[in-house]
Formats: sequence, C-alpha cells, structure tokens
Amino acid sequence: MSNNPPVTTTRSYPFHAPDRLELDPLYARLRHEQPVTRVRLPYGEPAWLVTRYADVRTVLGDPRFSRAAALGRDEPRITPRQIDAGILALDPPEHTRLRRLAAKAFTARRVEQLRPRTTGITEELLDAMLAAGSPADFVEYVATPLPIRVICALLGVPVADQDRFHTWSEAIVSTTSLSPERIDEYLDNLYAYMGELIAQRRREPTDDLLSAMVRARDENADRLTELEVVQLAAGLLAAGHETTVTQLPNFVYVLLTTPGAWERLRADPGSVPSAVEELMRYVPLGVASAFARYATEDVELGGVLIRAGEPVIGSISSANRDESVFTDPDRLDLDRSVNPHLGFGHGVHHCIGAQLARMELQVALRALLQRTPELRIAVPEAELTWKSGLIVRGLTGLPVAW
Amino acid sequence: MSGTWRVDVDPRRCIGTGICAGAAPDHFVLVDGLSRPVLNVVDPAGPVIDAADSCPMEAITVRDADDHRLIAPEP
Repeated sequence: MSNNPPVTTTRSYPFHAPDRLELDPLYARLRHEQPVTRVRLPYGEPAWLVTRYADVRTVLGDPRFSRAAALGRDEPRITPRQIDAGILALDPPEHTRLRRLAAKAFTARRVEQLRPRTTGITEELLDAMLAAGSPADFVEYVATPLPIRVICALLGVPVADQDRFHTWSEAIVSTTSLSPERIDEYLDNLYAYMGELIAQRRREPTDDLLSAMVRARDENADRLTELEVVQLAAGLLAAGHETTVTQLPNFVYVLLTTPGAWERLRADPGSVPSAVEELMRYVPLGVASAFARYATEDVELGGVLIRAGEPVIGSISSANRDESVFTDPDRLDLDRSVNPHLGFGHGVHHCIGAQLARMELQVALRALLQRTPELRIAVPEAELTWKSGLIVRGLTGLPVAW
Repeated sequence: MSGTWRVDVDPRRCIGTGICAGAAPDHFVLVDGLSRPVLNVVDPAGPVIDAADSCPMEAITVRDADDHRLIAPEP
C-alpha cells in the first residue's frame, strides 16, 4: 500500500522548542520520508501528523475529518484546556449556522469599507511613534493597538475596557504562560464580560456587529444558544488580539532581516498585497499545528490507512513549504505569483477574519514604507526577545529606528 | 417559482478557501484549487444557502432557476 517505511516510532510534538520564526527542518525530512507519521503532543492521546500540502488540505477540508468528533475524546493538543464548545468544536451544518452570525461582517466587500478608518488609525499610531522619537518599540506603538482598535470598532466593544480583555485574551493562546486555573479564570471573565455586553445590546441595539449577532440569534433562537453566541463574540475579540498583533511584527522582522526584502517592497509598494500573501505562507505563526480532526470513516492518506475514530493533525507550516507546490519554498519571494498558501487554514474553519487581517497587514506595511522608508531594527538580533508559553510565535518587542 | 435553483461560482472572485466544499460537499467541489458547483441546477437545499452566505468573497450566487431572483447570498 505504500513505498514509505512503516510508521513505527511515535515522536514528541512539537519536535523541538521553537527558534524564532525558523521552521523545524524535520518537517522537510518527514515530507520526503514519512509524510504521515505518529506523534504525541503534551496533552491528549497520540495522533497522526501529516506534512504534505495535499494531505493537509484533505484533513482540513474533507468532511470525513471532523472537529465535532473530538468531543468526549482526550484530544491531542498543546494547550492544557480542551476546546469542548464553540465554533471550533462544531461541524456543518451546526458550524455553519453559528458562523453565519458573523460571516457577513468579514466579507472582502465589508472589510474594504473599513480600510479608510484602519488607515486613519494607523496614521495616528505612527504619528505617536514618530513623535516619541527613534528608536521606539513598534509592538507597543503600532502592532498591538492597531488590530485591537479595529476589532473593537467592528464588534462595538469599548476600547476603554481593553486593558481588561487584553489580559484575558491570552487564555485563548496560552500553553504554559498561564496556569490551567488561570486560563479557566480568564476565559470565565472574558465570557462574563461579553455576556453582559450582549445583554446590553439586546436592550439597546446599536450599529455594530454585536448588535447584528444578537438580532440574528434572536431570529433563530431555537437553533443557537446564548452561550454559543457569547463564545463566538469572545473568540472574535480574542482572535483580534492575538493573531494580527503577533503577525504584523513578525512580518516587519522578516522584511528587515531578509537581505533586500524591505528595499524591494519600498521600490514597488504596489506589490504589498502579494508580499502579504508570501509572508503569510513563509512565517510559521504557530508553534505547532493543533485542532486535530477525527476520521469519521477509514481514509487512506499519503499511503497510510487512517482508521475511523483516529485523530489527525495537519501541519499548515509544513504544507506551506511543500516543494511540490511552491518553487524554492524556503526562500521569501515577494514576487511569487502563484501562492495557494494555507496560512489562514482551509475548509469550513478557514479563518473568519482572513480578509480583515489581510487588509490590516497591507495598510500597516504601506504606511510604514511611506512614513519610515529607512526603517531598521534598532538592536542586534540577539537582543530581541521572543514570547514563550503560547501557541503563537512572536516578539515581545521590536525596537525600530528610522 | 420553479422549485429549482441555479448555482454559480464566479472564478474571478473565488480564492479557494474550501469553506463551501466543506459546508456543502454534495454541491461544491474544488478543481485546481478553485470551487465549482457540482451541478448548476439543483433542488432547494439548506447547505447551498449556507455555502453562499459563508463565502468571504461572495463568489457564490444562488438564483431561482426560472425568474433569476437572487436567493443567496444575503445582501
């Protein structure tokens, strides 16, 4: 059934502690030698790990692989707490019913309407950074406040409360940075906060996404629970805090440390959209892939028989470096024309905020190229510090000069 | 109303997220990375509406096969 060596060993996964934004070279070896392999994560039962692009897309996109089937199982994961509710624990059609509450607000067309406001916020933040004087911390001045202000405006969450929910949002991405008890406490706080806000919008609707979600939920009250709506809104808020906030400094770091990349983009700012796609492919945001899918029937994958009921993890970072899809995959190529990367996932759980993230990243990079064309990292590389104990990789700060 | 729907995917808008093929696997299939309806004329089915309303690119349209009235996505 297979030309690959039989799978006999079970590796610990992630294989090694993350090193900045470097992708573990073991993925390339596995793609060649053992594209479907056995792994054990810090928590939960052993799993299959798939590393080739086509197989990862199958695991993420094929309905024979289910998220809902993880319920009641000891799901393989890198976080102490298992996701046992909410949109990531559902399959269609339940998943689609919930996602539709918010999906309209995140279409390319609707997101485009937010571009002028996002540009205005970015200019304000850059004004403050430039006024503070060179060098300044890009993470503090721009990358953190920008996505938070945009998601708050979109949802209708008061920015004034951001210190509170910024702290709680870490619970969504924590592996060891917070104790399991603290993660539970923060999530409870986040849900309680969002529950109150939603109740308030039900009494006094306004023109924001929370009000729209409440209205849509109340029109379909028999099909969606209040808790599902609260968790979806809290998830959107937290995702708006922990993804673009982290990925934007990662992008700037890669552009400033890859010889010629910043100059290339500065010479042709029109290529910012394709550069954002290439950076989404190239930068492995996650420390490891997770969100195992359970096979609902026997499926042959990469020459290995996955049996019904077995969990499979698809490595998005590995798929994005698959040489059978991307020429010279380990090179950052800002001119890459064909780029079907999986940086926002694939299938029904494809990132709902993908279009928003793209727009924010494009706006921020364009503004930086224009306002700070001589941007550079202000400290030696060895002095940069990286976050730890989270499911995402990112810098704790990025001192820049201009 | 004829009772059947006309389903189209605009290949210039589609970016191949795979949301539709996952939400309505009987109705959409990815070919060379982009979505395509399995059949252009279908009997009314909830998952088709779900897919059209879930597409971030609004690439899917569902119309009444007879009078071409737009059924999904919601504006």
